[in-house]
Formats: sequence, structure tokens, C-alpha cells
Amino acid sequence: MSTSDIAPDARDTALQEKALAERLASLWATPRGILGALSTVDHKIIGRRYIVTAFIFLLLGGVLALAIRIQLARPENRFLGADIYNQVFTVHGSNMMFLFAVPVMEAFGVYLVPLMVGTRNIAFPRLNAFSYWIYLAGGITLWAALALDMGPDIGWFAYVPLSGPQFGAGKRADIWAQMITFTELSALAVAVEIVVTVFKQRAPGMSLDRIPLFVWSMLVTSFLIIMAMPAIMVASTTLILDRLVGTHFYNPAEGGDVLLWQHLFWFFGHPEVYIIFLPAVGMVSSIVTTFARRPIVGYLPLVLALFATGILAFGLWVHHMFVVGLPRVGESFFTASSMAIAVPNGIQIFCWLATLWDGRPQFRTPLLFVVAFIITFVIGGLTGVMVASVPLDTQVHDTYFVVAHFHYVLIGGAVFPLLGAVYYWYPKIVGRMMNERLGRWVVALLFVGFNLTFFPMHILGLIGMPRRVYTYGPEMHWGGLNLFVSLSAVILAVGFVLFFYDAIRSAFSGEIAPENPWGAPTLEWATSSPPPSCNFERIPVVSGSYPLWEEPHALSVATGLRINRRELLVTSISDASPQARESSPRNSIWPFLAAIASTVMLLSSIFSPWAVVWGSVPIAVTLIMWFWPKGTPEDIS
Amino acid sequence: MRHRAVLDVSDLPMHGLEAASPTWWGTFGFMLLEGTGFALVIAIYLYLLSLAPQWPIGAQPPRLGPGTILTVILVISIVPNYWILKWARERDLRKVRVGIVVMSLLGIAPIIPRAFEFPALGISWDSNAYGSILWTMLGLHTTHIVTDVADTLVLAALMFTRHGDNPRRFGDVQDNALYWNFVVLTWLPLYICIYWLPRL
Repeated sequence: MSTSDIAPDARDTALQEKALAERLASLWATPRGILGALSTVDHKIIGRRYIVTAFIFLLLGGVLALAIRIQLARPENRFLGADIYNQVFTVHGSNMMFLFAVPVMEAFGVYLVPLMVGTRNIAFPRLNAFSYWIYLAGGITLWAALALDMGPDIGWFAYVPLSGPQFGAGKRADIWAQMITFTELSALAVAVEIVVTVFKQRAPGMSLDRIPLFVWSMLVTSFLIIMAMPAIMVASTTLILDRLVGTHFYNPAEGGDVLLWQHLFWFFGHPEVYIIFLPAVGMVSSIVTTFARRPIVGYLPLVLALFATGILAFGLWVHHMFVVGLPRVGESFFTASSMAIAVPNGIQIFCWLATLWDGRPQFRTPLLFVVAFIITFVIGGLTGVMVASVPLDTQVHDTYFVVAHFHYVLIGGAVFPLLGAVYYWYPKIVGRMMNERLGRWVVALLFVGFNLTFFPMHILGLIGMPRRVYTYGPEMHWGGLNLFVSLSAVILAVGFVLFFYDAIRSAFSGEIAPENPWGAPTLEWATSSPPPSCNFERIPVVSGSYPLWEEPHALSVATGLRINRRELLVTSISDASPQARESSPRNSIWPFLAAIASTVMLLSSIFSPWAVVWGSVPIAVTLIMWFWPKGTPEDIS
Repeated sequence: MRHRAVLDVSDLPMHGLEAASPTWWGTFGFMLLEGTGFALVIAIYLYLLSLAPQWPIGAQPPRLGPGTILTVILVISIVPNYWILKWARERDLRKVRVGIVVMSLLGIAPIIPRAFEFPALGISWDSNAYGSILWTMLGLHTTHIVTDVADTLVLAALMFTRHGDNPRRFGDVQDNALYWNFVVLTWLPLYICIYWLPRL
């Protein structure tokens, strides 16, 4: 049925279920072909791209990690030279933080939040498309630079003066700084989209106390991004200015200050950890609820814990700077706040354990990942409390103890829940199940491999091995443990390879997934797997926190939406009562072209400040074309 | 899954305004984001000031003239900006057209004194850290003004086309006016930092 056959004000009540599904499918479709692929604004397609791209970066970063482990396997090894080693560990860290961890968490938000709140697309879908292209451009920039031997070699936090004009010759540090601009731009865009989606596009009846915990976690994360990431953008911009046009922000000889960099970086860098961790917490809550077969224990404390963690995250940054000689009172304050953040995290652990204790847990692969997470994260949390204390931190600062600590927190705290989330939501996203038997092997290999790889690093750190050294002498007696770590890393790598194998194989030959394979309670499971282009043929109406458990046989829905334009519901913030039938933008090529124009400007500005001026013209043109009304039914109101 | 209709939304408006509009909330999201950026730049200024043995470093305080003229223009622009918010709410196309032309002019006007502000700082960006942060503050706020003026000009053009008479456009005008208030508000602490703190 073409648009011309339908009366302009025709509603969804005019069509039978099947005809309605066909009509909406064509209205919200992404056309085939390259132009269609570049123009799509479907949050599911963009979210899927984000997830796949982020996992490719995980794989690439993992290869670098293995190169590091080969180099360190024995004393005075010559597998990597000092210069290449510096590039490898810098790109490994920057890649894992900026191109994998943050984007993959946001990617799950992009895919799942609109489905979980029962709407048809994310808010500002064209901005969403733009954000993906910008992210991709930033990732390609970093990896192309490494391939050209121009990779940053300054560590993932790029301390001045090492990264400044005096010591950081060439364009390596500029590549790092501009990669930051790309990825933060994309992260900030997604954060605003998620905030507005959660605030304004929730299904009618989904009041604040009925929002799924994963959605709460993405909301708090988005606010953290909005308030923390400007710090790193200011930092990377001032660094480029120092390097390119001779400003003196970080030059002590002319009134600047090197510690200013550390303050700005860690004001972003510490919340960054929670930007990665909080979505993982939301994933854990979803998985625990579903597989414990009961409502979560302590919904309110869990939501408050998210907020408490989010707020405290901004009061911790100085604990990365304990050895730079700050006033003692300041150090005590930051020790106290660093220990305080263990409290909300402890509350969450207790709530999950209580839910499992009181439920009828089914130990499927996603829940096994949660168990692996709880054990690993508690160990990482404990070493976190240890390094929050100034004397201990002074001893182990910049040693492998810290490397062990943050890998426990990041891999144990975020990657394990993430992989659990992949197994959990894969059927919804792909329409097929992953393999349960392989999944158990993946959990076992990763858990064992991880602990064998990273636990000995605590000891290496305590006996004095500094991080970021490309080799060490035999007289240090670090060789045995290092060899053990490197061999264990092989187990970890095999686990990841098996995971990728399962994910790829299942996409082609996995068992076909039904609508709700796990018997889960939230709205994303109320639509087909994978969902149709409009997500829901009729927008759900919610009357409880676990809609699919409360009404297992029929979904309450709203009717009366138009079928001649992309339409969704806007609801009020607190009780989600319907306010308007709002249109959602159609596909457009302009976000892609705007991203190309922005990429040209950002990359050229590494070489000439004037690029900011002439480069703005094509950006302005593409943005105007993006926003100029095209006279579609979506513009009518 | 089987559907059970429990809510009829056919009488709802086809576009929400203000707190019922996603764009309105998006605008606030971007204000929070950019506001954080400005707050951080001010924090850098105060941090460098706290380290310096004397402030300003190696220069006289900036001349007050151009910056003060710009501040006066910005503060005055709040009045017609308030009117255009009101007219957009009333969906009065004729008045909104007049208002958006006035706001375009009042957006362009501050760029003229701004051009004189940079030399009035009395220091170059590459002289020392004091010069660097001053130029960064002014540069950042100039970008702020220029992008908002560009936005206003495009919107002004749009209001004179067939797309103008549309509640959605009046919502755009409101969001644009809100954003201009933000551009003015962020300038005031910058003005105090740049021109008055060195005189204390």
C-alpha cells in the first residue's frame, strides 16, 4: 500500500493486524542498497553497527595486549622495540577505553533503551546516525595512525609535558587528542539522545518507579557523560592549542601548569570508570531478575545506589594524583570519598545476592557471567579500597599492582556483565540463540584465564615491577611470573576466540529465537526477535514494573496513532502520562555527509588552525540541509 | 503477543510544545553540556590565577570599552528575545517574523565589538598562560555567538517560507530564543573574569 492510498489522518485502528504490520514496516523501513545503509536512522541498525564495531575494536585491542604479553614473557626480549611498545600500550589503552568500553555500553543503550521504554525510535535519530559515523572516523584515525607508525606513544592519559610540544614531536599526540574529540563528540550526542528518550518517550504508565534498572543505569550514565566528557574535550583542545599555536596552558615557564592537565584529565577520567561500570550494573540487574525468576530485591536502593555512585564519581579524581604532592587535607578528603563509593557498590552486590538467594536461579550462560562478575569485581573493589589509601598508593603507584586492579574492575566489572548481556540479548538482536554449551566453555575459559593472567600482576607490582616498561633485566627476578602471566593470557585469548566464534556461527545456524526465550519481564521481549523496523506495531501501555510477568498473555496497548507518518508517543517525565503524538524523523543522508565534513575539519585542524575556519563551511551547509524541512508528513503538526 | 487496546490517543496534539517537546529537553541537555564546558574554562582561569604570583601576568588588565559595549548589547537583547518567546507561544507569525529579524540583527551586532575585544585584551595567546586562557575564553564564546547567529539566520529565512506557519517552527523559535538566553548568561561570568578580576 503506498502513501497515496491512505487518507492523511488515517489511524492504526483503520487496519487489521496484518495490514497494519505491513504498513508500518514500509513506513519505518530502511531501504536496501548503499544509500539506504548510509541514510538509515533506525536505532536498531545503528546500535547493531555500534556493537559490532566496538567488538572489532576489542579484538584489535586484544591483539595488542597479546603483543605486549609476548614482549614481556621473558627478560630482555626483543619482540617489540621501545618505540613500538610505547605506541602499542598507548593504543591498547586508548582503544579499550575510548573505542570499545564507552561506545559498546552506549551501543547497548542505543539498541535497548527505546525497546525497553516501549517507543519506536530513539530521540534525535539523525543525531544518532551522525554519532556513529563520527565514532567510526575517530577509530579509523587511531588505528590508521598506528599502522603508519604515527600511533600515539604517550599513554592513554597523555600526561604533559611528555605529550606537550617540548617532548611530543611529530603528530602522534595530536592524533590522540583528536581521536578524543571524535569519540567524545559521539558519546555526548548519544548521551543527550538517551536522556531525552528516557525523559519523554516512555510508554504510557511507565512512571519513574517502573523504569527498568538497565534504563535507569543508562540515564545516570548519560548524565555522567554530559558532565564529565566536556573536561576531556577542554583538556584535549588546550593540549592541541599548546602544540599547534603556541599557547602555554601546560608550560610552567610561562604561567601554565602540568598538574592542570592531570586535574582536567581525571575530572573526566574517574567518572569515565563509572560511565563504563554503571551500564554493566544495569545489565546485571536485568539478567539477575530474569534468571532468578522473581522481582529484584531492593529496586529503590539499587536506583539510589546508581545516583550515589554517579555523584560520588565526581569527588574521586584526585586519588589518581596522590603522589604529585598535593596538600594533606585534600588527600584525606579524596581517600574518604574513594572509600565511600564502596558503600553504594556494596549495596548493589547485596541486592543481587538477595535476589538470587530468594529466587529460583537458572544458571544459564548470562547468569554464569554474572557470578564471574560478582567474584572478580569484589576482588577488584577490595584492591580499590587498598589503593584509596595514600601510603599504600604511594608504594604501588605506577606498578603492575595498579594494572591488575583496574583490569579486575574493568574486565571483571564491565566486560563480564557485557558478555553476559550479549548472550542474554543476542536472541532479541539477531533472532537466533547463541550456543549454551559453548557459552559455558566461554565463561569458564575467560574466568580462569582472566584470574590466572591478572592476579599475579598484583604480586609483580608489589615486588616492584613498574607499568609501561618495554622490558626488564634478568636480575629483577620478574621473569617467572611474567612467563606465567603470558601463558595464562593464552587461555584468556582462547576464551575470547571461542566467544567470537559462537557469536558469528550462531548468527547463521543458531536455533531460531522466539519472542521471549528467557521468559523475561521487560518490554523489549514483547515484540518479535529481531523487532520490526517500528519496534512495536502498537505502543505498549504499562501498569507495573514487570509488564510481561504481570500480563503474560496479552500486551496492553495504545491506539489512535497515524499511519501516514512516523509517529510515536511523548509522555510526561514523572508519571509518563501521554502528552502528544510526535513525529520521528525519516532516513536522511545528511548526517553521514555532516560527519564526513566534520571529519575533514577535525583531521585538517591537526595540521593548520585555519582548517577550523574553512572547514566550518561544509559543516554548516550539511547541517542546514539536515534540518531544512522537506515537506514530509512528519513536518505537519 | 496478543494486543489489548486500553488507551485511545487519537485526540492528542500532533506536536508537543515546551516541556512536551523532545527538542526542548534536548536543548537543555546541550546547555548542560556546554555550560559544563564553560564552567571548566572558568575553573582553569581561576586555577591559573591562584598559581600566579601576580595577575594579570605581564600585562595591564584588558581595556573595558569593547567588552562592556558587547555586554550591554547582549543584556538589551534579552528584552526582544523575551517578546519573541511570547509571540511564538501565541503563534503570531507576523510578529515572530519581525522578532526574528530583530534577533538576527542583535545577534550580529555583538560580533562588531567582539572584533575589538581581542586587541583590547592587551596580550597575545602565545605570550603566557594568562593570554592563552583569555583568548580561549573569548574564542569559545565567539564560537557560541556565531553558531547561534547562524542558527537564527537560517530559522529567520525559514520563517519567511511556506514552512514558517507551523507549530513545529514556533517551537523551533522558542528553543532558539531559550538558547540565546543561555549565550547571554554564560557571557556574564566570563565578562567578570576577563575584565574585573584582574582589577581587584
